[in-house]
Amino acid sequence: MVSKVPQPTDLNHARGAGPLAGVRVIEWGSLVSAPFCGKVLGELGADVIKIERPGLGDEGRTSGPFPGSVPHAEQSGLFLFANLNKRGITLDVESVEGRRILDQMLDSADIFVENQPLSLIESMGLGYESLRDPYPGLVVTSISPYGRTGPYKGYKGSDLTANAMSGLSFGTGHPHREPLTTPLHQASYLAGVGAAFASIVALLGRDLTGRGQSVDVAEAQVIGTLLTGYHLPTYIYRGVAGFRSGNRMRLGLFPNCVLPCRDGYICIDAPQMEQYRRFLDLLGEQDWMENPRYRDRRAMSDQYPEEAEALIAPWFMERTKQEILEACLANRIPCVPVQTFDEALEDPQLTHRQFFTDVEHASAGRLRYPGLPYRFSGTGPRQVRAAPRLGQHNEEVLCGELGISAADLDRMSREGTI
Amino acid sequence: MTARDWQRGPEQEGLPLSRYRVVDFGTAWAGPMAAQLLADLGAEVIKVESRERMDGLRLGRPIVGDDIAGGDRGLWPELQPVFHGINRNKLSVTLNLKTDDGLSLARELLARSDVAINNYSPGVLGRLGLTYQEMRQLRPDIVLVSMPALGEAGPLRDVLAYAPIIQALSGLMSVVGYSEEEPLVGELQAPWSDVVAAIHAALAAVAALRHRNLTGRGQFIEVAQLEATTSMLGEAFLEYQMTGSAPLPRGNFDPACAPHNNYPCAEPDRWVAIAVGSEEEWEAFCQALEGPAWAREGRFDTLAHRLENVAELDSLVSDWTRQRTAQDITALLQAHGVAAMPVMNIEDQFLDPHLQERRAYLEVEHPHVGIEWLYGMPWLLGSTPGGISRPAPLLGQHNDYILGDLLGLPAGEIERLQAEQVIY
Repeated sequence: MVSKVPQPTDLNHARGAGPLAGVRVIEWGSLVSAPFCGKVLGELGADVIKIERPGLGDEGRTSGPFPGSVPHAEQSGLFLFANLNKRGITLDVESVEGRRILDQMLDSADIFVENQPLSLIESMGLGYESLRDPYPGLVVTSISPYGRTGPYKGYKGSDLTANAMSGLSFGTGHPHREPLTTPLHQASYLAGVGAAFASIVALLGRDLTGRGQSVDVAEAQVIGTLLTGYHLPTYIYRGVAGFRSGNRMRLGLFPNCVLPCRDGYICIDAPQMEQYRRFLDLLGEQDWMENPRYRDRRAMSDQYPEEAEALIAPWFMERTKQEILEACLANRIPCVPVQTFDEALEDPQLTHRQFFTDVEHASAGRLRYPGLPYRFSGTGPRQVRAAPRLGQHNEEVLCGELGISAADLDRMSREGTI
Repeated sequence: MTARDWQRGPEQEGLPLSRYRVVDFGTAWAGPMAAQLLADLGAEVIKVESRERMDGLRLGRPIVGDDIAGGDRGLWPELQPVFHGINRNKLSVTLNLKTDDGLSLARELLARSDVAINNYSPGVLGRLGLTYQEMRQLRPDIVLVSMPALGEAGPLRDVLAYAPIIQALSGLMSVVGYSEEEPLVGELQAPWSDVVAAIHAALAAVAALRHRNLTGRGQFIEVAQLEATTSMLGEAFLEYQMTGSAPLPRGNFDPACAPHNNYPCAEPDRWVAIAVGSEEEWEAFCQALEGPAWAREGRFDTLAHRLENVAELDSLVSDWTRQRTAQDITALLQAHGVAAMPVMNIEDQFLDPHLQERRAYLEVEHPHVGIEWLYGMPWLLGSTPGGISRPAPLLGQHNDYILGDLLGLPAGEIERLQAEQVIY
């Protein structure tokens, strides 16, 4: 086979464009997990081409938030965020001609990432088994709620049901109420980043063997493994299968909870004895250390947390978030405001570090997005590209790079292929 | 312990990262987990600790049973299964970085390594004389990944931060709750930010390795845990800007689906997640319930109406789910093409045939604990799946290999350094 690993000379034009310069990714994704995987690879420098359905586009376009809460296919906050740093084309991959174009694109791609229903992938012959022979160097990354193997591989899922299987929901919320799912599609975002990691590992493996491989990422399993580090041993050795403990971390050391203050909420998590002592100093209650009931911080957390929290609650209620932050920072106590998103957008630390980035989008306008989660010394920060408008790069990609004539592009556009 | 003990098990042969050596200066969760993600896929990860400064997770109260923990207090640091999960597949060398000789050995190790990972507080690498500039003198193409909680610089860099603290600052915690009218719940009951930062750090490391393979250049990467957590919350920041109000808790409500909730089942504290999006799925859902009369009422006939009357809808669905087990409901609804899944606790997960088949939990034999179960593979690479080929290392278990075979110290020198508590 011909190795598709770019050689150093190919990178000359791309220096400063990110560590994945020269990697080409074809993304056939919808909503969050595969699009976010593409976004992450794109900001690291890969050339990511997103394929959307003609007419409708990615389902994420119908998902809010929208400006003024009015739906608009080019103004979905979810879509705009999850699709930064990529180019977009429309293509009906289920049509004969569309499939031929997809095949042409896969031929020059390093990674194909999708989160389509398994039945669709199988009926179209787009599973790894079908792609392996024609594209031996291709890494085929599938992201799905439960994964592409196992008894539930054909089950339907969503972020809610993935969180349910992951174990995270069961522990979140009040003991007497229904479990709470993770907000803001977090299972899907995390799976997207994990899939990006595993895909790059597969590319490094390809450098050794010359061969690509499949990468099968289950949203439920990423959380169900990496976030169960405490819960699995607690179950195996103590038989605790899980429970919800509301506003406090279970099996922790007091104080470890979320409490109201004068103008909102704070979060305190001070497991070390010195931190507890400094906190009691701040409260002027050092004598609690003489009382066995308020010295045993494990019992305070596990056995009578309401009583313990009632002791410290007044101190917080008398103060604002800002006053609490300043006092706790000065006294080295891990306690901060629970920031709402308007506050986090103005957070002094994130602002100082210029974390947020303004991006101009032709339809949605100028908005402030969370920036890069990492800072590289060697390869400059990647220019952020706004999410593509539906079919924005059809001509650039299909004519400019795949050699399709303008007349054919016109015809396919009329026929609904693109 | 002989040098041969470090050799890779068959599971690690030919893994994609098998030609890379990683020095793990991490402690607790975020740093060690980033290194573990690399170790699971073949990297030779060397964990640097000492009895002077042990990984904090070793010091947690062992939960493997009083009979074991109480017997020999000296074994305490080897009996923490939480540590074992995050440090499997690694080698251990005990270098006392508070001594000059210990630091020299660390430098020699770095000179022979590809990646170094740490989640030290800001400023610690500088005090150790191990900044990126200094590491480059030892190994020009090294990839250094630092994972400070809030960043190396900035007005809040010295905030003491555990995972909940970072979640509180990021905004994520402000939407964990039942509704905006009720007191905030806030806690996700998981080291969320550590895991988020670990995956990002591992991703940054392998991306930098690929770049190094092509250009010959290493680099320094900073992954602030706060920024990693915040980087996955874009839709909420955009919502605030687009609508003028910051999102607040809304339980399990989803503006695009109804029903969409975790519903109570027949047994106590058992729940089933059900998500119905399209009209087609609503029809299938009604059919699975054998067309109850209420489902035909006008107040539920469109998604908009179902969302308007979601409390009544949830109540009626709950009346139905309470008669059944989560497993039966899941099987029935899935057979009709409706998304449903039991809300699993860790026991359900551990015993689940699907997660078992997908190697979500794996066993390994630990010299002091015996057979133990650890969380397994988060993702499955088809040709090179990796796995757990060795348990978490005992303190200094691989000193002979690392100091003798790798750094070339004579046995007498190793003994002298042990006596001087440099190797400690």
